[in-house]
Amino acid sequence: MLTTTTADHRLYGPGGSAAPEDVTGSKAIIRSLEELGVTDVFGIPGGAILPTYDPLMDSKKLNHILVRHEQGAGHAAQGYAMATGEVGVCFATSGPGATNLVTPLADAHMDSVPMVAITGQVNASVIGTDAFQEADIVGIATPITKHTYLVTDADEIPRVMAEAFHIASSGRPGPVLVDITKSAQTAQTTFAWPPKLGLTGYKPVTRGHARQVREAAKLIATSQRPVFYLGGGVIKADACEEFATLAETVGAPVVTTLMARGAFPDSHPNNVGMPGMHGKVSAVAALQQSDLLITLGARFDDRVTGQLDSFAPEAKVIHADIDPAEISKNRHADVPIVGSLKEIIPELNNAVAETFAKHQQPDLRAWWQRLNRLVETYPLGWTTPEDGAIAPQQVIQKISQASGPEAVYVAGVGQHQMWAAQFVGYERPRQWLNSGGLGTMGYSVPAAMGAQVGSPERTVWAIDGDGCFQMTNQELATCAINNIPIKVAVINNSSLGMVRQWQTLFYESRYSNTDLNTSLNPSGEEVVRIPDFLKLAEAYGCVGLRCEREEDIDSVIAQALEINDRPVVVDFVVSRDSMVWPMVPAGVSNSDIQVARNMTPEWDEED
Amino acid sequence: MASTPTGGVARRTLSVLVEDVPGVLAKVAGLFARRAFNIHSLAVGPSEISGLSRITVVVDADAKLLEQITKQLNKLINVIKIIELEPTNSVQREHLVIKVKADAAARLQVTQAVELFRAKIVDVSTDSLTVEATGAADKLDALLSVLEPFGVREIVRSGSLAISRGSKSMTEKISAEKSFK
Repeated sequence: MLTTTTADHRLYGPGGSAAPEDVTGSKAIIRSLEELGVTDVFGIPGGAILPTYDPLMDSKKLNHILVRHEQGAGHAAQGYAMATGEVGVCFATSGPGATNLVTPLADAHMDSVPMVAITGQVNASVIGTDAFQEADIVGIATPITKHTYLVTDADEIPRVMAEAFHIASSGRPGPVLVDITKSAQTAQTTFAWPPKLGLTGYKPVTRGHARQVREAAKLIATSQRPVFYLGGGVIKADACEEFATLAETVGAPVVTTLMARGAFPDSHPNNVGMPGMHGKVSAVAALQQSDLLITLGARFDDRVTGQLDSFAPEAKVIHADIDPAEISKNRHADVPIVGSLKEIIPELNNAVAETFAKHQQPDLRAWWQRLNRLVETYPLGWTTPEDGAIAPQQVIQKISQASGPEAVYVAGVGQHQMWAAQFVGYERPRQWLNSGGLGTMGYSVPAAMGAQVGSPERTVWAIDGDGCFQMTNQELATCAINNIPIKVAVINNSSLGMVRQWQTLFYESRYSNTDLNTSLNPSGEEVVRIPDFLKLAEAYGCVGLRCEREEDIDSVIAQALEINDRPVVVDFVVSRDSMVWPMVPAGVSNSDIQVARNMTPEWDEED
Repeated sequence: MASTPTGGVARRTLSVLVEDVPGVLAKVAGLFARRAFNIHSLAVGPSEISGLSRITVVVDADAKLLEQITKQLNKLINVIKIIELEPTNSVQREHLVIKVKADAAARLQVTQAVELFRAKIVDVSTDSLTVEATGAADKLDALLSVLEPFGVREIVRSGSLAISRGSKSMTEKISAEKSFK
């Protein structure tokens, strides 16, 4: 029953060593982080983590960034991890400090982001007494993390830290919480590196089963309408280059899910777009009409499949993923392949090339003809808003055109997120960061901050909504003080736009509690700005810009791109009637996708 | 990997070997709650390897759900090994202790029932008997239904314990591997 493979217990980090020295538990935490190769940590001190902040001051290798809210520290660690591929690290104190990390931990768990959160805990002797700032964060975080540790013995610190980083970064990546009591931090211990890892029960499979890979190649060789269904796992596995080769070999269309934007260039003719609830018609159709889904690092999320029973009804499924629990969880896999895509994809490529050489490469011309018609007939686009305000999609497209694929784009959650997924041109992995699984409003600013710290040479755009922005914009202070020059584009439609869109479509335009008054009053007749984002930016030591006319978009973006010595916030006042299209309404088949309100595509060519 | 289980919804028994560390039971039980898997019974205790505990968990699941439960459990870092114990090739036992009303008039009948089921009387008072029995769930259910008419004052019943038939051990490959703790 148990899968037996050689456990890859390679220690995370540069692989140095350190002779035993007598230190406090706190110092052991800092020394472990140094040996693990950590350079940046986001956090806030407090009573139970105080001992660790003291030796932190003396560390020449660790750069600690003092955030304004622990949620900011958590999302910053995520953004750092997503932009760099390294493990993101954050610190918080016990009780409320730790509970403020709950949202980022859950977010990182859903999106498989490697991160380690270190929290202080009350003294071991008072655990369970409802002591001041005591919370059972291990109990709280267990269902929303890959693993949790409670450390009460200082001697365990190096081993636990090394295990935490190994677990976070290997297999299917994810967040690990290490809760360390204040008494363990102050106790004396011996620090030596490297420690011996335990983890007998942790053996991620990396090598795909050879027979299954051959089966997959056989299916690919005999299918008429294959499609690559690419998920975020391809980026996590650092397998995008390998995939590009496989894509050329097979010649099948490629769809990149929300988490896989950039895994395969948008500019490549084989990329037919993003599938899902707000996917491109050609991408939705490529899955829906396919006879073979070649699923790589994706998990058949409900936002991709729509109504599961009617999803891709004629397709067989090849499903390659590092997490065996994803295989056949939502959709039965005809050919399951468990392992790392970094190893599976090249093997699959060889197997496919061999099979093609032996038999014949399938003729995909009819399939491509069908899809190309949809690509041409139903490109992504937008209608000019009737209220005369700027179209939000245009703003985002222009930001992308001006900043290019070397920039990093970090979205919040809602309409602006979908437009950013649709209208930014993605050409490389780690160009696009967002909260996909959990859908966390407020992700953008702190995650952009983390991405900027991890990649200081890049332009980092937080593409945010006026609702999201108000959830976490306190981190602008962190950015301004620490020279983290992110650029924030607030797509300001003065409302909780995605909710408002659903109210328009499914609740007879009854706008219950979606007006935010950030540019207009509820009737839309009067200009109200609470808060005034320009003043808010300035109050935080950032440059504030505002754009309200279409003709100014280019110049305002150019102005924002010129400022590199401090953060910039651009208040793009846009139409609040703009909607995200296409859309598959919740709970219906993907075949019922609407390209605009009550408009469904013509699936078959007229004779 | 697990041999793919087959069949519809049925009562199924998993034996789960876990590291004996604080919080491990909470992690296992929490997983069942979070994924909306229904636990019928759960029993935990030490195994033959120091540092490892063995959890016997009984669930109502069809083949697909059981596969998902097994895979999700395997993802827990502290879970070392999982096997499914099928009723045909395993021994499954529960323990039942029951306090039943038995005045002088009823005492003989109760005692006879207890003997019939090869159960044991472990405590006696003027108007009650305390009976213990070990067996498969259906045997204990039968004993209960016989004793209930006399008036049951208290029942305490363990989760199912299960072990495979034959000489093989679930920890064969593990004991050689390394020490725990």
